[in-house]
Amino acid sequence: MERPRIAIWKFASCDGCQLALLDCEDDLLALAGVIRIAHFPEASSRTEEGPYDISFVEGSITTEEDVRRIQEIRAASAVLVAIGACATAGGIQALRNTMDLGDLSAAVYPEPGWLDVLATSTPIADHVTVDAELRGCPVSKVQLVEFIAATLAGRTPDLPDVSQCVECKRAGSICVMVAAGIPCLGPVTRAGCGNLCPRIGRGCYGCFGPVTGANCAALTAQLRGLGLDEAAIGALYRSFNAGAAAFATEAKADV
Amino acid sequence: MWPRLGEGGRRRERDGSLSPLEDVMADGYILRDPRALVGALLEAGWRVIAPLERDGSLTPEVVSAPDELPCGLVDMQAPGAYRLQQQDSGRWFDAVVGAQGWKRWLHPAERRLWTARRDADGFSIAPAAEVWPPTVFFGVRPCDLAAIARQAEVFRQAGDPAYGERLAATRIVAVNCTRVAETCFCASMGTGPGVSAVVDVALTELEQGLLVDCGTANGAALLRGMDLATAAPADIAAARAAVEAAARDQIRAMPPDIADRLQRASESPRWQEIAARCLHCANCTLVCPTCFCTDVTDRSDLAGDHAERWQRWDSCFSPEFSYLHGGAVRRSVAARYRQWITHKLSTWHDQFGTSGCTGCGRCITWCPVGIDLVAEARAFAEEEA
Repeated sequence: MERPRIAIWKFASCDGCQLALLDCEDDLLALAGVIRIAHFPEASSRTEEGPYDISFVEGSITTEEDVRRIQEIRAASAVLVAIGACATAGGIQALRNTMDLGDLSAAVYPEPGWLDVLATSTPIADHVTVDAELRGCPVSKVQLVEFIAATLAGRTPDLPDVSQCVECKRAGSICVMVAAGIPCLGPVTRAGCGNLCPRIGRGCYGCFGPVTGANCAALTAQLRGLGLDEAAIGALYRSFNAGAAAFATEAKADV
Repeated sequence: MWPRLGEGGRRRERDGSLSPLEDVMADGYILRDPRALVGALLEAGWRVIAPLERDGSLTPEVVSAPDELPCGLVDMQAPGAYRLQQQDSGRWFDAVVGAQGWKRWLHPAERRLWTARRDADGFSIAPAAEVWPPTVFFGVRPCDLAAIARQAEVFRQAGDPAYGERLAATRIVAVNCTRVAETCFCASMGTGPGVSAVVDVALTELEQGLLVDCGTANGAALLRGMDLATAAPADIAAARAAVEAAARDQIRAMPPDIADRLQRASESPRWQEIAARCLHCANCTLVCPTCFCTDVTDRSDLAGDHAERWQRWDSCFSPEFSYLHGGAVRRSVAARYRQWITHKLSTWHDQFGTSGCTGCGRCITWCPVGIDLVAEARAFAEEEA
């Protein structure tokens, strides 16, 4: 069987999700044996023309050029997978979506006139059809390998749409909010990171974005009860998944 | 309700038969220090699992040395809040139940069911083998003892032998509760605060030590060789009084008619009101010592030569849980909360002959927003009254 041809693409992002793929040390040789990397500038200067069997897309759409380029990638890809908080929710740069772009660029750049960007940072699915999304900031390499293995085997990838609390309980992690009063977005955040923060006594900061149907209003009420003021609560929701609808709505309700 | 004392020097086995007289001990001994018993069990080669302090809660973990048993801990529990406090009481069992019960051992959160390998003739499947050494659960509270029996019945009816096999290779040292948390309501569920079932060994903490009650020949075997003082009648009376006081101290009580009441509440507007507060995060079901639901997932390696089927804890609060062709059956949080509480407190009776709730209070304490099962049940009961 011919190995499927894989392409990795970057939009507005930090490259961390692409690095997660390179980080799959134990699986890299096995990966190389079953897929053919056709386009991955971060890893190799050798690139091949499309079409591609699977395209993994990192980053958010922030320029007119991005809007055009993602259409081309979609057209050249049998399967398109958005990877990471930028590609699935607009990323940390989506903070600008609720602010005035002119004020922001003037505050950051000495010559803002050189900038040619859209007023918003938006996820890939806002522009083209996306076949699958891998959440996280960065994505979990376990989920990356799982997605590829499942696709090769023709089975549904195991990307459960459950709360981070489920991952905590399965791992035996003690709830940091109940046992220590630490603010935690786990109850409204999708599982999949591998329980990284709660298992070392930190609250979840929501890098996997909202779980389907996230009841952020109920969590906000409890966060107030823990003594957080409105600014602190707003800041919790306004991070890597600030552009995700459930978090954006709740942040707006409280800031 | 009471430490089981009596049967004329003979003990009831789990199957209801009376044990041989020579294998049992006379009623009531005093154990000065529980570490002596744990030490003897470890010395005898048992794997001892006991609630140990982990990350601010008590979690049943494998004990490697008797000194790991926590002393002087007290748990403060309230809806959505849990704190362990260290005191210098010198008492061993004042902190009652922590977030994780014995379920994580008897019904593991993740379990490999089988492994398949591609070979020259197609593929072969090997069932997962499990090593469960002879084990003692040390410090099982009456509510959790009832929960173990109820889960065992669930898996017996389901035809899954794994739970029963683990339990059969496990001896139980129970602890009657002489202190309760604010969230405890076992007295109203008929499961505590004293052990009512036959149990290998039951301990009751007194000022002068622990009253030891041996309920089975297996329990007697655990105690054999221990240097135990005989308990005085006053010790036995003091133990009964302490357990009785723990029942009176409980400020929560499940309405007695809740099973019938919920049958008539399916269209109540209260479900929507609860849903507005519920995170549907699944914590209540995962800390519940009787919730048993699982999901099954297949995993395969990149080369496609190796596949595994895994079972893992799932929850009726997850939208995917009731997914059938075309979508989830219970799409709203109101429908999912109704499903959980109605099964737990009502239809469990029809299905398994008991309530699915043992009054441990974990779902109240470990709900991140403090939804109180007893308060919600009372609201349904009072709505009709």
